Amino acid sequence: MDPIFLYDTFVRLLGGVPLTLQLAFSSIAIGLVAAILLALMMRMWFRPIAWIADSFVFVFRGTPLLVQIFLIYYGLGQFRPALDEMGLWWFFRSPYYCALLALTLNTAAYGAEIVRGGLQSVPSGQIEAARAFGMSGLTLYRRIVAPIALRQALPAYGNEIILMIKATSLVSTITLMEVTGLAHKIISETFRSFEVFFAAGAIYLIINFAMTRLIGFAEQRIAPDLDRASRPVEVH
Amino acid sequence: MQAKSFFELMQWGPQGWLDEMLFATVLTLAVAIVGFLFGLLFGTIAATAKLSGSRLARRIADVYTTVLRGVPDLLVIYLFYFGGSAVVTSIGNMLGVQGFIGLPGFMAGTLAIGIVSGAYQTEVIRGAYLAIPPGEIDAARAFGLSGLALLRRIVGPQVMRYGMPGMGNIWQLVLKESALVAVVGLSITLSEIRLADLVVFYETRFSDLLRQAHVAAGSTRQPFVFYITAVAFYLVLTTASTWIFRRAETWATRGMRRV
Repeated sequence: MDPIFLYDTFVRLLGGVPLTLQLAFSSIAIGLVAAILLALMMRMWFRPIAWIADSFVFVFRGTPLLVQIFLIYYGLGQFRPALDEMGLWWFFRSPYYCALLALTLNTAAYGAEIVRGGLQSVPSGQIEAARAFGMSGLTLYRRIVAPIALRQALPAYGNEIILMIKATSLVSTITLMEVTGLAHKIISETFRSFEVFFAAGAIYLIINFAMTRLIGFAEQRIAPDLDRASRPVEVH
Repeated sequence: MQAKSFFELMQWGPQGWLDEMLFATVLTLAVAIVGFLFGLLFGTIAATAKLSGSRLARRIADVYTTVLRGVPDLLVIYLFYFGGSAVVTSIGNMLGVQGFIGLPGFMAGTLAIGIVSGAYQTEVIRGAYLAIPPGEIDAARAFGLSGLALLRRIVGPQVMRYGMPGMGNIWQLVLKESALVAVVGLSITLSEIRLADLVVFYETRFSDLLRQAHVAAGSTRQPFVFYITAVAFYLVLTTASTWIFRRAETWATRGMRRV
């Protein structure tokens, strides 16, 4: 293994880090909002709305992300005239926006399940007690349900964030040059896959390690009184 | 050119693509099953290492699971595909075979999926082993069971029982990961590396579901039809496996008290 080549590759690959992070964070941020909306839809008493959310989650969790990316980027190209007419073609023509859309929809589906689990974990006694105090609607959600659900859901959501950072690598298949895309380019130029793998792998491990620490820190801040072992919220 | 309707495109036989798509689904399933079995092998070895007394073995297994779970699967597939081909070529050159020899996409893909899923399976197997009450193993030893007999009659069945839900999740991951094998074929056509014979080999013999959809989309200029069909076939695969694993779980826990 050639240390100079390894170093050069590492530096070249660092050029892809901004795109990787940008895609990961924008899709996670928009996806989280969508996930919360989906989770609330899944709990609606009006069943048709719940069915829509359920089937969305079923389809996006049941198929590979790569297929979803291809469906959006290549597949929707079939409807170019219609999209042109609606003035949406600029969006679906761009690999960046298509990748962002696919990643967002995907993480929204997985996130919805996590949020739903968090909401389900709120003990009904807490809600009853809050109602007895006269809280209802938004106040109830903001002061009782959301904090408890957030505590419960954060560890699982942390996993989802790591998965999303890894998932951004798939956008390299639709010509976006993030870290994996650059790695593939260097491999096909030099055929030195081992060194490139080590350099690219190191970058992902560093990012994921930093994220894990950040999430752990957030967990500490949100639930300082709970350690990991006694996670389920106790009811006294 | 008049665009064909969905049902015209999805006919059985040389006019339509239904037979190709179904065949590709079977191959996707084969890639996933072989990859999962490789993963079971690597996972068992790494779990044994993690549970063993040797510190070195534990350290190596820790590095394996940390790295392979922290790095994108696509990167691992590239490593196996291009790195594997480089290794095979140098062995071939040593044996006097000239030129570049490619590792078949099927082998590189299943090995890569196996290595990645093995890292996840390690934790499931380790957790399942640790869930066995230690008293049971002590009792078995007191009865004179040891080595293989202990593994086969006491440890094995219980690891299977406790590990079943986790393995079900990993199987779903593997099934979806198997779509990445398409990229190895795809990227080669796109980047025009001198692997011409291999590309033909891959296209004629190993087209997985996504790759097949891509080929059909290119030749009919109706990409949406084929990708949405791939979506539907994947949904059938994942739904069927959910059902099968649920059955397997009831079977594996048939002797247990339900709480």
